[in-house]
Amino acid sequence: MATVRFDEATRVYPGNDTPSVNKLNIDVQDGEFLVLVGPSGCGKSTSLRMLAGLEEVNDGKIWIGDRDVTDLSPKDRDVAMVFQNYALYPHMSVADNMGFALKIAGVDKSEIRKRVEEAANILDLTAYLERKPKALSGGQRQRVAMGRAIVRSPQVFLMDEPLSNLDAKLRVQTRTQIASLQRRLGVTTVYVTHDQVEAMTMGDRIALLKDGILQQCATPREMYDSPANLFVAGFIGSPAMNLVAVPAGPDGARFGSHTVPLPRERSEHGGKGVVVGVRPEDVEVTTNPDGLELTVDVIEELGADAYVYGTPTDPEVTLEGGDDNLAKPFIARVDGRNVPAKGSKIFVYPKSEHLHVFDQASGKRI
Amino acid sequence: MFATSVATITAAGTASKLGTMVLGLAVFAVVFVGILLFASLFKGRVGEKVQAVAFVGPTLLFISIALIYPAILTIRRAFYDGKFFDLNFGSLRSRGKFVGFENFQLLWTTPGLPEVFRNTVFWVVLVPFLATAFGLLYATLIDRARGEAAAKALIFLPMAISMVGATLIWKFVYFYNGDPGSNQTGLLNAIITKLGMDPVDFVGNAPGNTFALIAIMIWIQAGFAMTVLSAAIKAIPDEIIEAAKLDGVSGLKMFRFVTLPSIRSSVIVVLTTIAIATLKAFDIVQASSGGKLGDSVLANEFYNRSFVTQQPGLGAAIAIVIFLLVMPIIVFNVIQFRKDA
Repeated sequence: MATVRFDEATRVYPGNDTPSVNKLNIDVQDGEFLVLVGPSGCGKSTSLRMLAGLEEVNDGKIWIGDRDVTDLSPKDRDVAMVFQNYALYPHMSVADNMGFALKIAGVDKSEIRKRVEEAANILDLTAYLERKPKALSGGQRQRVAMGRAIVRSPQVFLMDEPLSNLDAKLRVQTRTQIASLQRRLGVTTVYVTHDQVEAMTMGDRIALLKDGILQQCATPREMYDSPANLFVAGFIGSPAMNLVAVPAGPDGARFGSHTVPLPRERSEHGGKGVVVGVRPEDVEVTTNPDGLELTVDVIEELGADAYVYGTPTDPEVTLEGGDDNLAKPFIARVDGRNVPAKGSKIFVYPKSEHLHVFDQASGKRI
Repeated sequence: MFATSVATITAAGTASKLGTMVLGLAVFAVVFVGILLFASLFKGRVGEKVQAVAFVGPTLLFISIALIYPAILTIRRAFYDGKFFDLNFGSLRSRGKFVGFENFQLLWTTPGLPEVFRNTVFWVVLVPFLATAFGLLYATLIDRARGEAAAKALIFLPMAISMVGATLIWKFVYFYNGDPGSNQTGLLNAIITKLGMDPVDFVGNAPGNTFALIAIMIWIQAGFAMTVLSAAIKAIPDEIIEAAKLDGVSGLKMFRFVTLPSIRSSVIVVLTTIAIATLKAFDIVQASSGGKLGDSVLANEFYNRSFVTQQPGLGAAIAIVIFLLVMPIIVFNVIQFRKDA
């Protein structure tokens, strides 16, 4: 077990001008479960592969514990990786797959057998030890891949989207299993996913990347409650946060008939160029003319709750797309037993204690 | 016969041959379309059966005429005596007589034939294994190296040369000038004499000449092995290689535990394909000495006995032996395919 440290780690693919991973700085604590998350092409997998030694580090350093592993070959790093497609050896039985690294390391046969059986027991694979991977289901293969990592008892687990080939139900189940297994084994883990729900539910901390640059690295709660910039705000949370570009008023940004208070240096400009962020559950909905007026487009019934999708009637108010920059509806969560009618006019205003304000130009949190 | 046919190739002759060819193709097309049209007349259940017969029938017919019937004739011939002409075209009275298994007895009583069997064993053992080994080594070494395509083309080129052509090329390499003290113009002997050693008559003396000829076959087949195995190596998923790297495997162990097992079925296909090609290879020996210098193999001897020494019965017996030797290889291959499927 060990800490992991990315120190200004940079990867530039040959022929590219911009780095795929740009001066990444992350400290992973001993035994911590860190999730690297971001949209595709953000450099999260590359970062993981740099840590595994499968990708060259062009600049900066990577440390595992107090060892500088930047230039070590993968086998000398004492890390185990679970691949997206599991990468099981098709010609070996499940037991041989799991014990292969130990066999190469010259571990005694009976010792290998013992450790493989232990891991198989944890993962509920005992009945399948003599089977070939071809004769296993997707979920079983995934567990074998996990077992292969566990058997080695490495310093760090690396997981590259290990759940993306499972069906939705199994994914949710396995998500919990992996998280609890990691807590039990206490092995430092770096986990890559593009799914923010996975990131929120599994990680001790989340590192959100975009275009090779780290946006924010914090606990799921912090990421949710105080996103560092517009991108984080739009990426974390489902449905996404409403990011409303509002017109300026005399003493702050005008959110309909409400005024959003701003720090002094911003309010001097009348709150020009700010984006107000409010999560769907932090929206007060009323039929009284109080706040921002919306036309209700769609109602999504979820039973206990319902989500109202609406468009602001004031054309000066626009919604930021968050991560994909498309026109988005304003989303508000309402009580499932008290839903406004489609096409009706409603008014919304943010609960003042859960308000996020961002600078529109820089995207930074104010 | 060859000389006369060259002489008759005149402009008019060429034109008429072309015309015959076009006519032949036209007849083939008409027959083919006719069969399809006929088959399309039937609909439903019956139609499906008619169509199946229409497609498979001609194939079966031609296989029967061109493959099965001659095979039966060959088997029959192995039990008869007589010269080639008598067996095929002679009048009833002069036709060869039934001799039972005498021709098969001749296989080991005829002087020279035991050596032929011994040589064939050398060929069938050495060529597939060495050609596959060289091909595999080469494919592994150049995989993802710079200039891979050019390096592959270089090794694959011999495949495009006919075996006779290849043998002629190697005759220049092996050429031995028997006149002592004179210049050695053969490539290998030139090198050897430059190094101060005595020249060697590579293809002149048994049993060494067999190995010199085997080298030619390996030279031809290694390219085939390399191409197939290189494709198989490229088909191994990157993730498996990466997983193996993380498992601590590298170099020879990677080859032994990951690469080789992953391409196992391709290796078997290559081995068996080359083994069959080797058993059937007659050209190299024929183009070298015709098998007169103790370097003959079964396929060449089949030709020799059938047409040169006029013992078609013995030739047919040899053909049957070749067939029996190829059979287990094919059966093994089919079993392997079933296993992988």
